[in-house]
Amino acid sequence: MNAAGLAPVLLLMGLAPLVQGLVHRTRALITGRRGIPLLQLYRDLWKLARKGTVVSRTSSGLFAALPSAVLAAAIGAALLAPLGPGGSVLRFPGDFVAFAGLLALSRYALVLAGFESGSSFEGMGASREVTIATFAEPALFLCLAALALVTGGRDMSSLFGSPMARAPLLAPALILVAGSLFVLLLAETGQVPVDDPTTHLELTMIHEVIVLDLGGPDLGCVLYAASLKLTLLAALIAAVLVPPGPMHLPWMVAGVAAIAVVVGVVAGFSARIRLDRLPQFLTAAVVLASLALALTLR
Amino acid sequence: MLPLHDGLVLGVLLLNFFVLGTSRLSSGIRSTALQGAALAALPAVLHPVWSFHKVLLVLGTLAVKSILIPTFLLRAIREASIRREVEPHVGFVGSLLLGALAVAVAFTVARRLPVASSESELLVAASIATVTIGLLVIVTRRKAINQVIGYVLLENGIYLYGLTQSDRVPFLVELGVLLDVFVGVFVMGIVLFDINREFDSLDSARLVHLRER
Repeated sequence: MNAAGLAPVLLLMGLAPLVQGLVHRTRALITGRRGIPLLQLYRDLWKLARKGTVVSRTSSGLFAALPSAVLAAAIGAALLAPLGPGGSVLRFPGDFVAFAGLLALSRYALVLAGFESGSSFEGMGASREVTIATFAEPALFLCLAALALVTGGRDMSSLFGSPMARAPLLAPALILVAGSLFVLLLAETGQVPVDDPTTHLELTMIHEVIVLDLGGPDLGCVLYAASLKLTLLAALIAAVLVPPGPMHLPWMVAGVAAIAVVVGVVAGFSARIRLDRLPQFLTAAVVLASLALALTLR
Repeated sequence: MLPLHDGLVLGVLLLNFFVLGTSRLSSGIRSTALQGAALAALPAVLHPVWSFHKVLLVLGTLAVKSILIPTFLLRAIREASIRREVEPHVGFVGSLLLGALAVAVAFTVARRLPVASSESELLVAASIATVTIGLLVIVTRRKAINQVIGYVLLENGIYLYGLTQSDRVPFLVELGVLLDVFVGVFVMGIVLFDINREFDSLDSARLVHLRER
């Protein structure tokens, strides 16, 4: 337990909706629109927190617990992620498996909520979400394995503790890892080449369709968890790429902001990939990560 | 931070995957062109000692690999009006994964080869991987243009290997190989036109059927 690491986690948790807003705003500016205000998600969350919920009659009692499970798992992952100079709040050997597991748990709680609502649209979105996860998870573990080989560490804090400074000769491998994590981020948080957050047609939605039946604080939990996951993954990419030197908090925040802008730029310039081509795109993450692994084994 | 030649070799490896993953023939051809440019820059970056032969090699490689052959192939797909590889024998995801496997095997093999000094190990690994992926493209794709692309990849891999031996192989030999490749692609291009005229398609799977004219 590293109490000093709590401050950066709380800071990034507070900034998460802003990061989401930055992505939306960048994409909107590139596609020639003005876009929603940067702080819109804060307002939405505040609005949702004061609302009541309506639960479908087909869903069971489990439904009420799932949105908070989504959020709780995401916060748990944030506690394991090394976000500040002192490393992560909770730290133990092999905690990267717990990190990946918590991300998966958060996703599966959301998927289960989709199924629980009893709507066939949401079941469809849930099945797509799981299809994407099937491709994303091997890539995440390959990335972690490559980082473990580079740094020789056994927990998240040493895996992501400025590997660039520790092994400058393996910079190509680290850049590949960052590329793979970036594709993962796009897939995991439903950004444009994978999913379109602004679409209005249920048939083409992935993330948005799962939350159709949620409302009020429940929807707020899921929206906030999504922005938190985006921030977490961006922070991990920033941790891989930061220039040599200890992880300073300003560097971290600047890195997260820069990656949010890059995500927005990518989303603005690319069109959505057809669903049957999606595995091909996600395989790129696996390939990048395994190439990184091959380079580190050298 | 990142040694330039390592970056170039990495770029060559990634472009291989791009060729494996894309269904658009023109982007496949463009990425071989880019690969050719990276290969042309490599001898200059690896041994920054300039000689007349080296300038000739760099310029010759650049001209043949990234200008002449790609222009020729792009022209060929325009003439034959085909844009995409529709149904490869092995799907795109499958071939990407096979490519990743090829890279893994190449790195394992390269470490055991006696020739590999630590500097040229990456080159040898990249060379083996590129040759394997070139073969993969030749075997798994149906459109005859893709077979030519695979052949070019194969040659790029051999060129990479040649770079590790550059102090022993005279540059004249390299230039001769370059000329051979160009003639090879040229002949293949002419054959492609003939195939297209005879069969009204560039699908190599249809070449197994004999047809009287």
